[in-house]
Amino acid sequence: MGKTAIITGGGSGLGQAAALRLAEEGINISVVDISEKGGNETVEQLKGKGVDAIFIKADVSKAEDVKNYVDKTLEHFGSIDYFFNNAGISGSGKYFLETDIQEIDQIVGINLMGALYGLRYVAEVMVKNGGGSIVNTASSAGVIGQDSVVTYAATKHGIVGITKSLVAEYAKDGLRVNAIAPGPTETPMVKTFFEANPEMKANAEAGIPQKRLGTPEEVAELVAFLLTSKAQYINGDTIRIDGGFTNTK
Amino acid sequence: MINYTDKAIIITGGGSGLGRAAALSIAKQGGKLVLVDMNKDGLEESKNEILAAAPEASVELVTANVTNEEEVKNYVQFTLDTFGKIDGFFNNAGIEGKQNPTEDYGSDEFEKVVNVNLNGVFYGMKHVLKVMKEQGFGSIVNTASVGGIRGVGNQSGYAASKHGVVGLTRNSGVEYGQFGISINAIAPGAIMTPMVEGSLRQIGGDNWEAVGTEFVSVNPMKRFGKPEEVGNLVTFLLSDAAKFINASVIPIDGGQSYKY
Repeated sequence: MGKTAIITGGGSGLGQAAALRLAEEGINISVVDISEKGGNETVEQLKGKGVDAIFIKADVSKAEDVKNYVDKTLEHFGSIDYFFNNAGISGSGKYFLETDIQEIDQIVGINLMGALYGLRYVAEVMVKNGGGSIVNTASSAGVIGQDSVVTYAATKHGIVGITKSLVAEYAKDGLRVNAIAPGPTETPMVKTFFEANPEMKANAEAGIPQKRLGTPEEVAELVAFLLTSKAQYINGDTIRIDGGFTNTK
Repeated sequence: MINYTDKAIIITGGGSGLGRAAALSIAKQGGKLVLVDMNKDGLEESKNEILAAAPEASVELVTANVTNEEEVKNYVQFTLDTFGKIDGFFNNAGIEGKQNPTEDYGSDEFEKVVNVNLNGVFYGMKHVLKVMKEQGFGSIVNTASVGGIRGVGNQSGYAASKHGVVGLTRNSGVEYGQFGISINAIAPGAIMTPMVEGSLRQIGGDNWEAVGTEFVSVNPMKRFGKPEEVGNLVTFLLSDAAKFINASVIPIDGGQSYKY
């Protein structure tokens, strides 16, 4: 029987790239996103690759929406083998004292509460069924401090803590939980931004030992490796994929 | 996607344990191998095992002591003469050393362990990086250890050398990233290799298996890791699929490192 993955934030960027990469392994996918347009676009591409895929609209900051995407996945596919817990937003990029409470609540709601709700419902299913593999999306800002992203950094450091602590509790039940910490990555959104601001791209590249940005496809390779490879003894890790960026600090 | 067609890979410590497991995994993906080890019989066994699993594999053997820089230069030159390039380098040869508290560790023992685990790794990086820089591509994976990230006890030489491997990895990763090169370290925990068996025998003698069971009872996954699992990780890290991972240290320890 085919394997099933849930990917949140599957309608764009890293989530979409990971979905397409997992389809190469014949994995069926629940694409979860708040954007119907992006989510449906991913589903169409996945079907073109010959796997079964459904779109489930969700605001991951709402626990009932999260429960719904888990229930709908089980209804349609019957199991959840893999979970790429990835939906997130970066915020306005303003300094902390210039951000309003609403923005702080929103970032924490999506990036941290959304990830926790997802784990709460998905891990419950996985542990009941003898195990499963999860990758959470952290960030360079989850392992180092950076200006302009105080709230974002709080949520991404939180993801690292969740990843380690879940392993302490449920590794014995067959649960694998790892996180990725991508550095500057040229998602379609970032690419468009840098095309309009080439000097900012040059600055970003200069700060990375490899002098280039990562690609969504490279991150997708790591996600696919962590979710599906036979190297199952990798557990509780946060793996930096950033060209060496966080190591220069 | 991982693809080793026409890739030339050097593996030190290729005659046993993690080196042999990585060699087997990479050969199955079509990679061409130069296996380096002090133990000639171990190298032959690795080659036989690889050819049994992948009859078309290209496997060359070099007997060398990695503490001797001339011999390191020699295995690098041999690879260039044979395959014309070095795509990947699993810089893995190491020893565990005798277990004792610091005051009884022994200066000779310390020097011996550091010589293999740290000097040998440095010599390898020095000569391989020169080639990779000129080529404009290449990936290196150094074998650190859980003992390279935290204190385990009774292993001064091993701890110092493996922490040193982490330092070499981070330092060179910053220097060589700009030349299209990725340098990472793996930090294996309790993987059941001949070396770990040796450590358990030092503690438990004939009772080493019971000591092992006790040892992994505190591991989150409640088991030893398999050399094949580390082989899979190395195969991924040395491939083009992992090029943007650089200067990282990646634990493979069943979750043991959640505590640090």
